[in-house]
Amino acid sequence: MARKILLLAGSAGGFSVILNILKSLERPILIPVIVIVHRNPKYASSIEDTLSKALVQKIKTADDKEAIEDGTIYFAPAGYHLLVEPDYSFSLDISEPVQYSRPSIDVTFESVAEIYKENCTAILFSGANQDGAQGLLMIKRYGGKTFVQDPATAEVPIMPEAAIQLDAQERILNIQEIKDYIKQLT
Amino acid sequence: MAELTDKIVAMISFEELEEIIDVVKNLHGYDVSGYTRASLKRRVTRIMELNKLNLQELKSNLINQPGFSTYFLQEITVNVTEMFRDPEFYKAVKTDVFPYLATYPHIKLWSAGCSTGEEVYSLAILLEEANLYQRAFIYGTDINGKVLEKAKRGIYSLAKVKEYSENFIKTEPKNSLSEYYTAMYNAATINNSLKKNVLFSMHSLVSDGVFNEFQLITCRNVLIYFDTELQNKVLDLFYHSLCHLGFLCLGAKESLINYKDAAKFKIVNKKQNIYQKIG
Repeated sequence: MARKILLLAGSAGGFSVILNILKSLERPILIPVIVIVHRNPKYASSIEDTLSKALVQKIKTADDKEAIEDGTIYFAPAGYHLLVEPDYSFSLDISEPVQYSRPSIDVTFESVAEIYKENCTAILFSGANQDGAQGLLMIKRYGGKTFVQDPATAEVPIMPEAAIQLDAQERILNIQEIKDYIKQLT
Repeated sequence: MAELTDKIVAMISFEELEEIIDVVKNLHGYDVSGYTRASLKRRVTRIMELNKLNLQELKSNLINQPGFSTYFLQEITVNVTEMFRDPEFYKAVKTDVFPYLATYPHIKLWSAGCSTGEEVYSLAILLEEANLYQRAFIYGTDINGKVLEKAKRGIYSLAKVKEYSENFIKTEPKNSLSEYYTAMYNAATINNSLKKNVLFSMHSLVSDGVFNEFQLITCRNVLIYFDTELQNKVLDLFYHSLCHLGFLCLGAKESLINYKDAAKFKIVNKKQNIYQKIG
């Protein structure tokens, strides 16, 4: 069976939406999930620890060389780019920030695109810069499913708008539609 | 859309990446086959973008253009570093490691993959503050000769060094960082006294061996670019380069979890990934 993956990414105003969706789920998402959000390593909090109590499934910060497993939600660590290797494991990278961001959404998306091809679904949420747009386009080009949060519903529309400008999305969805989509993966 | 078009030109697949790895290995003897692929692919793509090369042109340059392979090798290594990166780590070295080091008449330290030298000078300053520098010697090594030249000069942008001051303060130092450099125009030059017991030299973690015995080895944010097999090989090298009860310091996201001989080390500080050779 082909390996699948779900990517959820955002920045300003996106993080809380992602968290609320995850918290609203009554059953675990069956495939692996990667969450990439911009956060300052200097204030790296233990969001994962707090969240793991509120969620119905395993959630953790992705470790270097860790094998990607079904049913687990992985967070990109603050201060590092998160990449996926051809053997379906993670690797970390501390090279220059991309779009002023590390972790950068583009970097993770671009690395996942070729490996998961049509078995990848990526959703780009609210955010205050253009990170993620190029990466989303790459996923689309490799046959993956790409959704963006409707900019009209986003707290900061810059990120989804950048993706739409590149025509990187297959569909624009409001928060309820995103919730419904994710629910059928549980 | 201009940027987008460039990206298409510079895109390579993992299969094509393997071809490039073979060319570099067979023609130039540089073995990067143990590097993690996703990160290596990004670096190669970046070189293609910078030089406006497609895959064929990149291969042709690697084969025919003298000097390009050296440039290529320099550019595929990641050289992002800073002084006192992760202040908590340096604090831990001070409290957990220095009391042991202080018992040696001579202290040899190795900063492996030192890039432009910021970590070496951070260690030098930390030792100086603990009155250990005079009996210490720090080797800084890297595979990239270009960054080592910069390390030897010890001249950094003043704006950057001012950022490093914030890191430094968090290590609870005795002095201000400005005690350790001279500012001129936009540059900060590390004091000569701190360069006296420091040696920068080329060394490849992939192909070179043990060259000395150390009380402390730091190799931070290098192993993340290696696959598990190469990580094991490099950790073996460190094991054999450490004296009994010597210390090994890894990066914030690096551990001995995948190391076959992890039992030969004791965890000194789990959060900061500081280990001590016991076996």
